[in-house]
Amino acid sequence: MSQTAALEARNVHKTFGEHEVLKGIDLTAHKGDVISIIGSSGSGKSTFLRCMNLLEIPTQGEIYVHGEHLAFKQLRNGERAPADKRQVEHMRSRLSMVFQSFNLWSHMTVLENIIEAPIHVLGKSKAEATEHAKELLERVGLYERRDYYPAHMSGGQQQRAAIARALAMDPEVMLFDEPTSALDPELVGEVLKVMRSLAEEGRTMVVVTHEMAFARDVSNHVMFLHQGIVEEQGTPDKVFNNPDSERMKQFLAPKY
Amino acid sequence: MLDLHGYGPAIFKGAILTLEVAFLSLFIALLLGMLAAVARLSKNKVLNGIAMVYTTVIRGVPDLVLMLLIFFGAQIGVNAFSDVLYDRYGIDFYININEFVAGVTTIGFIFGAYMGETFRGAFLAVEHGQIEAGRAYGMSAWQVFKRITVPQMIRHAIPGIGNNWLVLVKTTALVSVIGLEDMVRLAKEAAGAVHEPFLFFIPVAAVYLALTSVSEYVLKRLEIRFSAGVVRA
Repeated sequence: MSQTAALEARNVHKTFGEHEVLKGIDLTAHKGDVISIIGSSGSGKSTFLRCMNLLEIPTQGEIYVHGEHLAFKQLRNGERAPADKRQVEHMRSRLSMVFQSFNLWSHMTVLENIIEAPIHVLGKSKAEATEHAKELLERVGLYERRDYYPAHMSGGQQQRAAIARALAMDPEVMLFDEPTSALDPELVGEVLKVMRSLAEEGRTMVVVTHEMAFARDVSNHVMFLHQGIVEEQGTPDKVFNNPDSERMKQFLAPKY
Repeated sequence: MLDLHGYGPAIFKGAILTLEVAFLSLFIALLLGMLAAVARLSKNKVLNGIAMVYTTVIRGVPDLVLMLLIFFGAQIGVNAFSDVLYDRYGIDFYININEFVAGVTTIGFIFGAYMGETFRGAFLAVEHGQIEAGRAYGMSAWQVFKRITVPQMIRHAIPGIGNNWLVLVKTTALVSVIGLEDMVRLAKEAAGAVHEPFLFFIPVAAVYLALTSVSEYVLKRLEIRFSAGVVRA
């Protein structure tokens, strides 16, 4: 390989009880890649994303962050667990996640939300973290709202604040878990606009989304998941305009 | 001015003792309650079992019975232990269980069980996404607990803590059964001596009421403080 991938997942399987949700999925994100993962509900796309920062532990399969292999161990009850908590924490600090329901910490103001992990995880000084946070808030258009609590902002503002929180980590890869699915339609645009600007400045992003226009226009690689396997993948042009898979054709067909 | 036939200073001292017992046992109760809640929510079966037995037994036995059991039981236990030490090793060791320590420990122990259930409910009320966000940003389990779970849990716990505290304050009157001279016991003695029960019991009731009223006010302030960022319906 000419270049070490920022994030790589190999043969990821995930089973909940008897139900196998992921049946062996691979992903390689090089620096600057914007990968969209699409598919219907229950296809396993969110689970796959959550496996990459170990919010779910893959039943099988390996994760590499910038070439560093994540070590697992087998527990006595047969379950798999990370071998080294420190390694997991360090790895997570390099892959910041944006959630569907924002998950801003409700007892902290926007500014406090953004400086929390840089101070307590990355060990930055409060002054330095605050300085950086203010720039990021400026960038997502929320500088005026820095002392608001999340509950006093609209969904779109909360999600933009959450993106600023993710950026404050200077992440190697940003993971987006359906970032616009919980928003009112008129608020989706403001969030997508910020995400698009991130893509344009060369951020490495993995985005689980239902926004087909975003997947088509902004990403350079699209993965279509169906029942826990990758049914179709490639450039947006290939996947949207000339898919091989029947499922993908059905998925794209007008529903009404 | 209220004429307490010279019993005023003694009853005042009793009121101070009541306060001391109340605050010290609150401290123990909060500590034990936190431990019990964390144990009950942990995946460790042994811890879980111990905490469950603790909360079940304590909440199921009358406070008065527990008070007597712990006070006399502990003394018997210490006596037996010191006998063994003396017989086998010739060590002369003896402790007299102090009523104050026994009273505070018992009340702390009893209310620890109630606080434990209050805290457990409050922990469960914290939205999982809040905790998940902490983990996703690389925080350790301890950091998530300290910086996210606890501050958010307190808001849910305050009404329950307040309720337990008010009951606890009144339960301190039980320490008179193990010989501690709290406000109630002294008032009873004074009332018996001068045959004027209302003269003594009404001021005592007023002290309890004042204490609980002040508590309600403080709790209200705390509730507001810990509800920062919550939209009130």
